[in-house]
Amino acid sequence: MCGTTGLSVCLDAQRFIKLNAVCGIVFLLLGGVAALLLALTRWQTVHLLPVDWFYRLLTFHGINMLILWILFFEVAILTFTCTTPLNARLFSRKIAWASFGMMLTGAVMVDYIILAGQADVMMTSYLPLLAHPLFYLGIILVAVGTLIGVFNFFATLYVAKRDRAYEGSLPIVTFGALAAAIIAVVTLLHGAVVMIPTFTYAMGWTAQPDPAWYRLIWWGLGHQSQQVNVCAMVAVWYLLSHITVGARPINEAVCRTAFVLYVLFINLASAHHLLVDPGVGAAWKIWNTSYAMYLAVLASMVHGFTVPAGVELAMREKGYTRGIFGWVTALPWKNPAFSGTALSLVIFGFLGGITGVTLGTQQINIIAHNTLRIPGHFHVTVVGGTTLAFMALAYYVIPLIFQRDFICRGVARVQPWLFGFGIVLLAFGMSFAGTMGVPRRSWDIDAQGVYGPAAHLWLGVLGIGGILAFTGLLLFALLCVGTLFFGPKIEGRAMADWGTPPALAGSQPGSLANDHYATKGTIVLTLTFLACFAVYYFANWKALADVWPVR
Amino acid sequence: MNNEPKIHPWQKVLDNPWLLLVLGVLIPILSYTAWGWVELLLTKPALLP
Repeated sequence: MCGTTGLSVCLDAQRFIKLNAVCGIVFLLLGGVAALLLALTRWQTVHLLPVDWFYRLLTFHGINMLILWILFFEVAILTFTCTTPLNARLFSRKIAWASFGMMLTGAVMVDYIILAGQADVMMTSYLPLLAHPLFYLGIILVAVGTLIGVFNFFATLYVAKRDRAYEGSLPIVTFGALAAAIIAVVTLLHGAVVMIPTFTYAMGWTAQPDPAWYRLIWWGLGHQSQQVNVCAMVAVWYLLSHITVGARPINEAVCRTAFVLYVLFINLASAHHLLVDPGVGAAWKIWNTSYAMYLAVLASMVHGFTVPAGVELAMREKGYTRGIFGWVTALPWKNPAFSGTALSLVIFGFLGGITGVTLGTQQINIIAHNTLRIPGHFHVTVVGGTTLAFMALAYYVIPLIFQRDFICRGVARVQPWLFGFGIVLLAFGMSFAGTMGVPRRSWDIDAQGVYGPAAHLWLGVLGIGGILAFTGLLLFALLCVGTLFFGPKIEGRAMADWGTPPALAGSQPGSLANDHYATKGTIVLTLTFLACFAVYYFANWKALADVWPVR
Repeated sequence: MNNEPKIHPWQKVLDNPWLLLVLGVLIPILSYTAWGWVELLLTKPALLP
């Protein structure tokens, strides 16, 4: 029984949450070191790395940040959400060991072979580029290991339902994790389908798979794995807004329906990587990146409304009712779990969401494809959104699971702000340099002799943002590792409070449940978001029209 | 007399993880993977000049 939450904790699950979370943070740190070196190379004035190490570390960075850190931490989240909130035991310890062992073996194999210089193929490893067979085998092991972990999640859900460990519907955080797990199944199946023939080709046993087919199936792994993140991130938003402020979903059915829209449609976003490929037709491209994709975008906008609306409702019910935004100033901004969640939501929604939908439009994509605008977009979704949300979660998970309070709590309160600001700066640098045509995945742009001082200025902003974000990441890793070794032991008492807004005198929980105008502050924020969206979208159509001026 | 509260059909869908799993695998595989794969298979090799 947890001394802080009063919830029953499955000790097997706790062990695997620890193992997966710690491994995830280690891979995050490794990928972060590579990120710093890459940012200092794209900053053309510094231009730190030689060409071979640039592409080697670009491969290393992508694999560690987009595959290893995310998948390990997500298995930790799946293990938590299918046990503790349901008062259930983990289905199988042996299966969990098999999953963890395969993932770790594969991850070490992939990282080793990249650093040994045998896999300078970047994260996408597009054929006909060819890496050492161990690279593909490592990814297969990670994918299959994660799939086994996802199976353990589903089996635990089945047993919990059968044994009536919980009544009624799944809690929303577990439902969000369920959506992530379903997307993970599709993702990992694509990973196995594309990597197995590529591995056998690398071994010399079979012919080379068709590069166009490879790209189609690979993006079923590469982009969909980021959609697993999105679901897990949103589930974390709901969990942390409840823990830190007492928020609850303003309409459970609508929130769950939004998760179902993710399950059904968000995977199709993978298609935008093939928008300039000749092998697939316009109907396939437009259906998958536009019409169907808008349903998933609708889901993100639903979550982007319901999470802050739930927070506003909770704050107003606690008595913070002054004006439209009086509740905002009373929020626990010094609580790193809350500030991390809020920053994650704003960065993901305002910057990542708006740019993502715009860049995914087939016509507009033609002026942005393979420029730095694309990494500018996904650094605010995957890093500013998901990674920051997962960091925020760690500020509660580590004390609860490891039974130690955080060290250097003042530094912890600053960390999400520093990391978030750094990532936003980095993404702005990438996006504006990309708007000027600076390509992604390029070691040197000076040799082309076509980029002026403005592009170099934005690459400098990218570099400074990278330094700040890495500093924030390093602080996070040091705080986590330091806490594991030196954090004050909790031993039965409640974990130290990061700060939650108290209920004011005369306030009443649930008093605004039927007040449809209680979320007016969130409505104003939503309208602001939509205005930004419209301006950015039409500005990009204008930029596209300028490509073919008619005079 | 049955006193069990009536559950909305959509709520039954939301409470059925196995149905969501099947739909969540089927729709992307049909819309993205199978359709894209068929288009690639139907693409004729380009003629060399």
